[in-house]
Amino acid sequence: MALEAVSLDSDGLKAKAKRIRELIIKITTEAGSGHPSSSLSATEVVAALHFGGFLKLDPEAPRDADRDRFILSKGHAVPVLYAALCERGYFTEEQIMTLRKLNSPFEGHPNAAKLPGMEASTGSLGQGLSIGLGMALGMKADGKDNHVYVLMGDGEVDEGQVWEAMAAADKYNCGNLVAIIDVNGYQQTGATDAVLDMGPLAKKCEAFGWHTLEIQGNDMDEVMEALKAAKAETGRPTCIVSHTKKGAGIVPLMEKWGDTNMHGQPLPADKAKEALEYLAKA
Amino acid sequence: MASATDDRSVSTTRPMGDATRDAFGRALEALGAEFPDVVVVDGDVGNSTRTEWFAKKYPDRAYNVGIAEANMVGVAGGLASMGKTAVTASFACFLLNNAFDQIRMAVAYPKQNVKLVGTHAGISIGEDGASQMGIEDVGLACSLPGVAVIVTSDGQQTRAATKAMLEHDGPVYLRLGRPKAPVIYEEGAEFEIGKSIRLREGSDYTIVANGMMVAMALDAAEALAKEGVDCRVIDMHTVSPLDEQALTDAASETGGIVVAEEHLAQGGLGSRVAQFLSATVPTRMGFVNVGDRYGESGDPAGLLEKYGLTAEKIADAVRSLRG
Repeated sequence: MALEAVSLDSDGLKAKAKRIRELIIKITTEAGSGHPSSSLSATEVVAALHFGGFLKLDPEAPRDADRDRFILSKGHAVPVLYAALCERGYFTEEQIMTLRKLNSPFEGHPNAAKLPGMEASTGSLGQGLSIGLGMALGMKADGKDNHVYVLMGDGEVDEGQVWEAMAAADKYNCGNLVAIIDVNGYQQTGATDAVLDMGPLAKKCEAFGWHTLEIQGNDMDEVMEALKAAKAETGRPTCIVSHTKKGAGIVPLMEKWGDTNMHGQPLPADKAKEALEYLAKA
Repeated sequence: MASATDDRSVSTTRPMGDATRDAFGRALEALGAEFPDVVVVDGDVGNSTRTEWFAKKYPDRAYNVGIAEANMVGVAGGLASMGKTAVTASFACFLLNNAFDQIRMAVAYPKQNVKLVGTHAGISIGEDGASQMGIEDVGLACSLPGVAVIVTSDGQQTRAATKAMLEHDGPVYLRLGRPKAPVIYEEGAEFEIGKSIRLREGSDYTIVANGMMVAMALDAAEALAKEGVDCRVIDMHTVSPLDEQALTDAASETGGIVVAEEHLAQGGLGSRVAQFLSATVPTRMGFVNVGDRYGESGDPAGLLEKYGLTAEKIADAVRSLRG
């Protein structure tokens, strides 16, 4: 295989998103811990990046110097990345089923030193954008036309380092840097606007000099349109404020179960079965 | 007492030479051509850390991200993952203490080729006072798996260590001082990460020191020689990984070890040497350091005297081993 982007049509993308959701539920239920709801909210964005013609990657040469980079700064959502890279040919389903088990490289948060495909070691929130900025600067310095995509959570942007990086990316006009904020509305102890209201996020990003887009992030067509617009903007970094639902794909079930956050809660076997049946019918 | 014209920041019989931060800055600037992958990330203190000399010569290879150490270290980690040798410098306290978790996550844990350079270390920065003094930095850096930790004693050693640091594949913390440093080494003296330097032969006791304390250790050994006490002096410039063979030899061949460093009592060279020897060749030990307290404003020589970082205190520590 060579370094290439994979471009599926709209139906193909939606099928990938569904498959990724299935894997997220399966591997976190098998692990007995992890963050399925935080992974599910970001599924369309991660699926579009990997299968919508954006990330140039080579599963046979995962450290190829000319690849694009995707940093999952909200590292607790790593099941969505393991699932996407599984579909991309990096890993088998059997391998990612070892999530969080002793001696498995599929750790609870990305470990870049251990697992090819993980571009940064994350899990301490607020740090991925700085690392992505360093990558973007390195690409510019070497005249590479690659892009860096950094996915953050809406709780994560409480961290001050995010805004240090926003300011510096503006200074260096990093048109090759795209940040996506997965605004799923919840953080660990409750709703983001109740814990620490960081809104209005889009206005803040604009004020920091970023090309800013605001979308419904569980709508694949809107996600694709935004990522294309981000790629077309070459003079400044783009931030996509992506409004999603935590647990997207199984929200009606979560409502029935009485918890629309389910932060850090894997589904027990019976609920996982119900969720997989629900997804299959959707 | 030092005369008003004597630019002597530290009480020693040795001639004064370049500040280690100056030697680093000049070496980095000079090595820029030989190491084309080197880039510098600054948190707006480049004129203090001396990375500005490199930045002026190679403006396309230098980034100033403002007063934002957390982002600075993350950016350095990202640049390193693109194949750059990323040198990022600040005051030791702002780099290690402020950006410690970024060093953990973006440098140490992913094993990125980032060179962390902390200047203005120790209490010998003088008048600026405790908030600017890095005295926990060696302990913090040594707590990170896989990070080489280097404390240089003079200009020549710093020039050699700067090159060794750039050649080393992996994370490094290089600790530097602000004031002029006493000259220890001749031009061209060799330096190898992890290999200590025996500066003085001796069979009664051993003084293990680094940084500014090396000059004082040599002075202490001279004073003790006059009393008929024969001291070995080791410059343990690399605190992690320790030169275990040199320590084993010293503990086996001499009657005790005094460790001198410009750092808190806990976590630095003394702690590490004691931990190693207690499990291998237990020996009597003494410690000369800042203690368990913060510094304060004052002139550097006065501060070193007040906090007990002198040749006389090192000699006293050796004498007390004789008990």
